[in-house]
Amino acid sequence: MSGAEQLAPGVSAERAPLDGASAGGTEHELLTINFGPHHPATHGVLRLLVTLEGEVVRDLKPFIGYVHTGIEKNCEDKSYWKVIPLIERMDYLAYYFNALVFCMCVERLLEEEVPPRAEYLRVIHCELNRIHSHLVWLGTSAMDLGAISVFWYCFRERDKVLDLFEASSGQRMHTRYVQVGGVFEDIPAGWDRKVLAFMDEMEQRVGQYEAMLDRNEIFLQRTRGVGGVPEPRLLELGVTGPLLRATGNPLDLRKAAPYSAYDQFDFRIPVGTVGDCYDRYRVRVAEIRESCQIVRQAVEGIPEGPHITANRKVALPPRHELATSMEALIHHFKLVTEGFRVPPGEAYVAIEGPRGELGCFVVADGSAKPARVHMRDPSFVNLQALRDMAIGGYVADLIVNLAMLDPILGGIDR
Amino acid sequence: MPDPTGLELIAHELREHVAGSVADTQYYRGVATLVVNPERSLDVLRWLRDAPAQRYTFLSSLHGADYLPHEPRFGVHYELLNLDRIERIHVKALLADPGDLELPEIDSCIEIFPSADFQEREVYDMFGVRFRGHPDLRRILMPEDYEGFPQRRDFPLGGEPVLFTHNEHELPRWYE
Repeated sequence: MSGAEQLAPGVSAERAPLDGASAGGTEHELLTINFGPHHPATHGVLRLLVTLEGEVVRDLKPFIGYVHTGIEKNCEDKSYWKVIPLIERMDYLAYYFNALVFCMCVERLLEEEVPPRAEYLRVIHCELNRIHSHLVWLGTSAMDLGAISVFWYCFRERDKVLDLFEASSGQRMHTRYVQVGGVFEDIPAGWDRKVLAFMDEMEQRVGQYEAMLDRNEIFLQRTRGVGGVPEPRLLELGVTGPLLRATGNPLDLRKAAPYSAYDQFDFRIPVGTVGDCYDRYRVRVAEIRESCQIVRQAVEGIPEGPHITANRKVALPPRHELATSMEALIHHFKLVTEGFRVPPGEAYVAIEGPRGELGCFVVADGSAKPARVHMRDPSFVNLQALRDMAIGGYVADLIVNLAMLDPILGGIDR
Repeated sequence: MPDPTGLELIAHELREHVAGSVADTQYYRGVATLVVNPERSLDVLRWLRDAPAQRYTFLSSLHGADYLPHEPRFGVHYELLNLDRIERIHVKALLADPGDLELPEIDSCIEIFPSADFQEREVYDMFGVRFRGHPDLRRILMPEDYEGFPQRRDFPLGGEPVLFTHNEHELPRWYE
C-alpha cells in the first residue's frame, strides 16, 4: 500500500518508485495479467490487460465490447418514440438522461416547444437520477476499498429514489418517462411532498456518508494523491464531468450552456483542487448536495400547465379524448402505428450526465425512423484516461482509479 | 454556436488559410456545419483548434454515419467545442464508397485530438472507415474476428445466431 510519502498533492506520473529490490540491482520481470472481464471491481464486464512490474502498473490496455448489444443499430429499425425505452438501457444508471438527450435532439429536429412544467419535471427527475447514480457509484466504490457498510447505506437511499420513480412513472428503472415534447404523465398528488421529505433526509444522509469516509484513515490513504492527471491532459483526452471538475475546471453544461430549465435554479458547481481520487470523491458527494438543492427549488417552484406539448402530431392525445373525438382517434392511430415523421436533417445535442457530457447525434431521413442514432457516452470517452491515471501506480491503486472513474459498461458498450 | 454569418466568416477564413478545404456550409436548427474536403480535414481541424479567434480545442464527439442512398455515402462527424465561449461547431467530412472490398479512408486526427482514439476505432468497427495514421486501428466493440461492418445501412438487422444449449450442435466447433 502507498506510504505516507506519496500523499503530497501535485501527483506525478512517476509517483511509485520501485521499492527496495530494483535499487539493489535485481531486475523485475514484467508480468501481464488479465484484470476482468468478470471481476467485481470492474463495475461490469471490462477487461484490462495489465502489465505489472512487481506491484507497479507499467502498461494497461482496456478491452471492451462484452456487453455490446447493438442498441444504436436497433434504433434505426424503430420509430422515434419506440427508441426511447431502448436508448435508456445504454447507461443503465442514467436512464432519464439518455431519454432526455435523445428527446431533446428529436425536439430540435422537429422544432418542438416543451411546456415549462415538463421542463421542471424533467429537471426534477434528472437530478433525482443523478443522486441515484452517484449513490450507486459511492456505494460500489467504497465497497471496492473495503468499506462495505457504506454500500448498504447508499443502497438504502437509492431504493428511496427508486420508490419515487415508481410513484411518478410506474417503473423503478428504465421508466420511459421523458417523451418527445414533454413527459409521459404528470406527477401524482402528494408526490412533491414525498420528494421534499426525501431531500431533507438525503442531505442528512450525505453528512453521514462523509462522516464514515472523510476521517477514515484507510480511505484517505488510498485515495489522496492517487491517480491525479493534469487538467490539460484530461481535456486532450476528452474527459468531462466530475473527473474534470476535480482538477478545478468548472465545466458543467448545466451552467455553461443551460438547457431545459437549469437557468432558473440557484446552484453551485463543486470543483476540486489537485484532481486526485479524493477530489473526485469530494466533487461527486458535493454534487449530491447541489442536486438536492435543485430538486427542492424545482419542486417548490414548479409552474402549472400541461406536462406535454399540445401538438397531436407528436404527442399522444389524452385517453379520455379517444372516446369522444374522431380526430384524436386518428392521431392516436397514426402515432401508435407509424409514429411521427421527422424532416430530414441532423443534430447533435449534449447535456450534463452524471459522468460528463452525454451527447446524442440523430440523423433523420424524413421517415418515421431515425437513420442514425449515436450516443456520445461519457464513460466511453473517459475510459481512455484510465491509462494515464494508473500507469506508474500500484495495482491496488488501479482499483481505486477505476472505481473513481465510475465507468458504466452498459454505456461504454451500448 | 456561431450564427449563419459567423459560420460564413469561418468558412471564408478557412478557404484562405487552407485552400480547397471547405466544400459547403450548412446551418440547420441552430447547428453550424462545415462540410470539409476529407483530404484536408486535418488542416481544417488544426486551424480550428489553433487559430486565435477560433480555439475549438475540445473534441467532444467523433462519430460516423452512413447516408446510403446518397453519394458520397459515408460521413465522419467531428463535434468541436470552444471551452471559453461554450460554442460548438460541427465539422463533417463525406467519403465516397470505393466499392468492392475497399474501405473508405480518412486521416486520423489522433495527433490533434488524442480523445479520438476510441471513437475512431468505433467508427472503423461500425462503418469500416479506415483512419490513416491511427496507431492501433482494431475493432473495439465487435469481436476481433467479426466480418462486416454492422452499422452500415445495407447490413441486415438480426440474423446473428445466438448460442444456447439447444442449438449448440448447429454451430460446429463453436468452442474454438
